[in-house]
Amino acid sequence: MIKQLSQRLLGPVTLLLLVLTFWLGLWVTPPDRIQGNLVRMLYVHPAVAWVALYVSFGTATIASVLYLWKRTRSGTLDRVAHCAMEVSVVFIVLTLITGSIWGRPTWGVWWAWDARLTSTAILGVLAIGYLALRRANDDPVLRARRSAVFAIVSAINVPIIHFSVQWWKTLHQGATVFTSNRQLLVHGSMAWTLLLSFLGFTLLFFWLLRARYRLEVLREETQRATLDLALEMRQREGAR
Amino acid sequence: MPKGLVVALREAVVLSSGFPLLSGVNLELEAQSLSVITGANGAGKTSLLRLLAGLVSLSSGEGTVAGVDLAKGDLRQLRRRVGWLGHEGSFYNDLSVRENLVFAASALARPLKDIDSVLERVGLRSRLETTTKALSAGQRRRLGLAWLLLRRAELWLLDEPYASLDEQGRVFFDALLADVVDAGATVILSAHDPLRSATLRPRQIVLRGGRVESDDS
Amino acid sequence: MIRTAWLVAKKDLLIERRSRVLLWQVVPFGAIALLLSGLALGPTHAGHSSAGPGLFYLVMLFVALLMINRSYVIESTPGTRASVQTLGLDPAGVFLGKSLALCVELWLSGLVLLAGTVLVLHTALHGALLALPSVLVTLAAMAAAGTLYGALTAGGEGAATLLPVLTLPAFAPLLVAGERSFSAALTHSGLWEWWLILAVALVAYVGVGILLYGVLEES
Repeated sequence: MIKQLSQRLLGPVTLLLLVLTFWLGLWVTPPDRIQGNLVRMLYVHPAVAWVALYVSFGTATIASVLYLWKRTRSGTLDRVAHCAMEVSVVFIVLTLITGSIWGRPTWGVWWAWDARLTSTAILGVLAIGYLALRRANDDPVLRARRSAVFAIVSAINVPIIHFSVQWWKTLHQGATVFTSNRQLLVHGSMAWTLLLSFLGFTLLFFWLLRARYRLEVLREETQRATLDLALEMRQREGAR
Repeated sequence: MPKGLVVALREAVVLSSGFPLLSGVNLELEAQSLSVITGANGAGKTSLLRLLAGLVSLSSGEGTVAGVDLAKGDLRQLRRRVGWLGHEGSFYNDLSVRENLVFAASALARPLKDIDSVLERVGLRSRLETTTKALSAGQRRRLGLAWLLLRRAELWLLDEPYASLDEQGRVFFDALLADVVDAGATVILSAHDPLRSATLRPRQIVLRGGRVESDDS
Repeated sequence: MIRTAWLVAKKDLLIERRSRVLLWQVVPFGAIALLLSGLALGPTHAGHSSAGPGLFYLVMLFVALLMINRSYVIESTPGTRASVQTLGLDPAGVFLGKSLALCVELWLSGLVLLAGTVLVLHTALHGALLALPSVLVTLAAMAAAGTLYGALTAGGEGAATLLPVLTLPAFAPLLVAGERSFSAALTHSGLWEWWLILAVALVAYVGVGILLYGVLEES
């Protein structure tokens, strides 16, 4: 009952939160003293990056670990990992685009050799590599295992890549929302809007994941129907 | 699986890129027996042997080979108990005959002194230091057999082993298979046509369209 | 595991000694890539650029890709693959053995190309010698990572083209850490961060390889 209700409400609540975020972000919150209206990117870029780097990639990694663990191994987890990684690619691309739009007036360039930007771009290639690896293997068991291993190795790689590029050179601003001792840097309507954006984009991820998962289940059902036909044809070959 | 059965398949299906290589095989084979799987090109002979060797996974149906469940069991355990001779050759082309066999014997923890006797048996003693890629097709097949003899596997799976063998080679091969079965192994081989052997009386299984069409058991 | 590793490494190196692919194909490729790097820098910078360490590692990445691919091509002929699978070798041992062989091959080509960097790009010999320990560790980490990624792509559709897409992002921190530590050696300044990255990457890849290589071999 609760599960059904939450599934029904996921879409409308996501839409409501995002509309609210955009309304507050564009019309209610004030412009920044230094950045002016550019600060409104704060209600999109950090939340999108949070979903891209942690929520979606994290979901794909956890599902992959659980898939490889024999006790919890199931096709559902492989499907979740696959779908989460696909959604992850969308959010990584959005992170890079919104980051570039914000970076152009701030840094004066569309692309900067900054740790977060560079490691996010590499993460994007890893996510695309994951999808390419899935396409390269027909055997569903082999495909699931290889892609699960790749997702785990990529997740281990992410901090190594991040620190290497950070130590290489960094231009990016420090923590945006919190200080290093966890004190909030933004206040009032800006803080609420920021919080709403995080909630809204996180729910958007789960809504997209659910939609993509359903699509995958439907695709597999269609494939099974095609397979039944192929089996019948193959068996008829025998009865000739 | 009843005792004494090495292979038990029920409606076994193997898929590749959505195409059913095997479309529902039902088969039971007893231990210490010799069986020949025949059929036209594309009938599913190699796929069946690969399934029995644990080299491809079962897409649907049930199956047990040498006590290992093909759907849920550890296929690596199965592979360790199988001797495989593919029609493509079974070794590293850049290594010599001796080096290939030293590698196999070391991997299987078999004494290296077995290599000489095995090569003597397959008639390749004079080719000990020849690089494998320089061997003729028939000689490569004999090297594959030497590799298998070193293995002492309980289940021999041979994919078209008579291809590229001359008459003398065929006679030799018939005698070898008879010895192997006498020693307690189970042998399953594939061939294009029914076996023309004066000495062997194998069980003949015919595949068509990825299923067993006839079985003379 | 160690016995299998030794057996597999010996076999891979023996195949290399017989086929001479490293000597006649990969090292010449590395040499021409290094020369082309000099040409790409232009006549003003080719002889006295600080880009030597970076170009050396860039060329080594491509050499590593060729060698990883080669390491799996020798296993990939259908008959060989099936026969070796039925030998029941310990997967962790196979991973270590293939990594070790690849590491030796990368070290050999690395030494030749390091000499080439000194010769063609005029990188200081003394600095290059000081950088040697970090070069060896970087190439060892590349070998471990490459063996894992090679197994991920082996036998799949378009394995040779898929390999760089999967491997190069993983090589990025190795490229950064290798280049920085090489440059630090040239200016006689030690930077512990790069050693930390190299050590973590090496341990992570060897550890993950030992743990997960078996999963890749099951099917």
